[in-house]
Amino acid sequence: MTVLKHSVILDKDKCLGCTNCIAHCPTEAIRVRQGKAYIIAERCIDCGECIRVCPHHAKKAQSHTLEALKQYDFTVAIPAPTLYGQFRDHTSIDMILTALKKVGFDDIFEAAEAADIVTAKLKKMLKTKDKNVPWISSSCPAIVRLIQIRFPDLLEQVVNIESPMEIAARIIKNEIYPDKKNIGVFFISPCPAKITAVRNPIGSKVSAVDGVIAINEIFLDLQTAVHSLDSIEELGKASSWGISWARSEGESHSTEWTETVAVDGIGNVIKFLEELENGKIKHVDFIEAMACPGGCVGGALTVENPYICKARIIRKAAKVKRPPEERNKTEKRDNLLMMDAELSPAETLKLDNDFKTALEKMSRIEQYTEELPGLDCGSCGAPTCRALAEDIVNGCAKKNDCIFVLRNEIKDLTENLAELGSWMPPLFSKDGKKK
Amino acid sequence: MALFKKEFIIDSNDPMSYGQASSSFKKTLKQLGVAPAIIKRTSIAMYEAEINTIIHGGGGTGSVVIENDHIEIIFEDHGPGIADIDLAMQEGYSTASTEIREMGFGAGLGLPNIQKNSSNFKIESKPGEGTKVTIRIDL
Repeated sequence: MTVLKHSVILDKDKCLGCTNCIAHCPTEAIRVRQGKAYIIAERCIDCGECIRVCPHHAKKAQSHTLEALKQYDFTVAIPAPTLYGQFRDHTSIDMILTALKKVGFDDIFEAAEAADIVTAKLKKMLKTKDKNVPWISSSCPAIVRLIQIRFPDLLEQVVNIESPMEIAARIIKNEIYPDKKNIGVFFISPCPAKITAVRNPIGSKVSAVDGVIAINEIFLDLQTAVHSLDSIEELGKASSWGISWARSEGESHSTEWTETVAVDGIGNVIKFLEELENGKIKHVDFIEAMACPGGCVGGALTVENPYICKARIIRKAAKVKRPPEERNKTEKRDNLLMMDAELSPAETLKLDNDFKTALEKMSRIEQYTEELPGLDCGSCGAPTCRALAEDIVNGCAKKNDCIFVLRNEIKDLTENLAELGSWMPPLFSKDGKKK
Repeated sequence: MALFKKEFIIDSNDPMSYGQASSSFKKTLKQLGVAPAIIKRTSIAMYEAEINTIIHGGGGTGSVVIENDHIEIIFEDHGPGIADIDLAMQEGYSTASTEIREMGFGAGLGLPNIQKNSSNFKIESKPGEGTKVTIRIDL
């Protein structure tokens, strides 16, 4: 079993041990133990749902800061297009990109430009109707990990094209600056899943990205820089299609294919994939699935409201008239575009490697689930009664962790004690005492 | 005795619960580490049978059994039954109402789809008494 290198971490001092996060985790990866939340590493997909729902801001993501640039002689930023929507309409994309250079980067390569390249590849893929349709987009790493954990039977339908971030980094290192020594490539990220995708890549053995800086980490520096620009460089190269990838429907629309669908929000994606597994989804060739509400604009590490950001992305993209020029170059780039590692199922839900033992455990889980109250209250530290049943069978919880079971046992115990107390041994006198 | 057995009540009055038995069994199979290809076939076959029990049979009962080498799924209802099973097995044939079709069901692909995805498939039905389908999927 591979242990993931996560970016979502817990600030123990801030955690009250409430149960907000455990109920919202899509992979049931969080438990409350000894009064604090605890993330089960091999189940976490770094979607950032817990960061979003924690009322005490105890969940956060580990991102690099601008300090990290100092380790390199030459640095390139790959800004996610979501960054453009963090600023108001009068702050143009070129202004934001120039500001990135001002805060320390030597060059820029837009993730949106790489998105244009992926789009070209996707279009080709869709034209060759394949047995694997509908294809599922691989651009959201939280969704790819969700599929590895919860929908392993759908893995073969995941597009094996790398994410725009990874492709951008490969182009920077292999095509633009192949001879640069000590070059640092940084992704400017809206979400923790992208940070994890760099530390522990999904489709490639080693990521070409050297560091990830969260949008909310760099935002203030950028804002200051935007306000003090002397000149604006024409740095933007991405088409309106590529920029639109920041929001839901951006990717699917960019394929200009009729039979596509866009699903956003992790709960909606899970429901959709369930139906896909049941064979209920028909006449769809491509599924864009995004973990965050509204797409990447809803990322847990952004600053602006997702809907405001989405509206700005739509307006800013509409202003860009240049065609996606990079699209023609994809032919000879196949090695840079495709994943070089196979997507394998993460068998973290598996109860046991031995089928018979697993079956036996499953029967006991069913039994415990029947015996528990079924309230899914979370007071035991597990998200549902069934999850507690699983934890009991796996040896990491006790049935008495359920406060209702405990309460019943105390009641039984008290009644037994009372009954014992009222029992009069024959040698005792009527008043209950032995003289 | 079966290694694993679970029973379900299939309620036709609650559209929100359509497919719930299949969903819950799918999760069970994943936790047991059953091969993805088999999970896929089981999900489709069981889901179609569950939906049939609801839309044609008016609800009923379901059960799943796991043995060492196979899975057995049974759905039973006391609905109108099937007059001509051979006809019902034909792709595209359906007696579903317009209302049901508008919900995205009743395209006449259910039974053929179950057959395609199961190792062994049996329907027993008597008009006026009900229908019992038995699906076997080899492991």
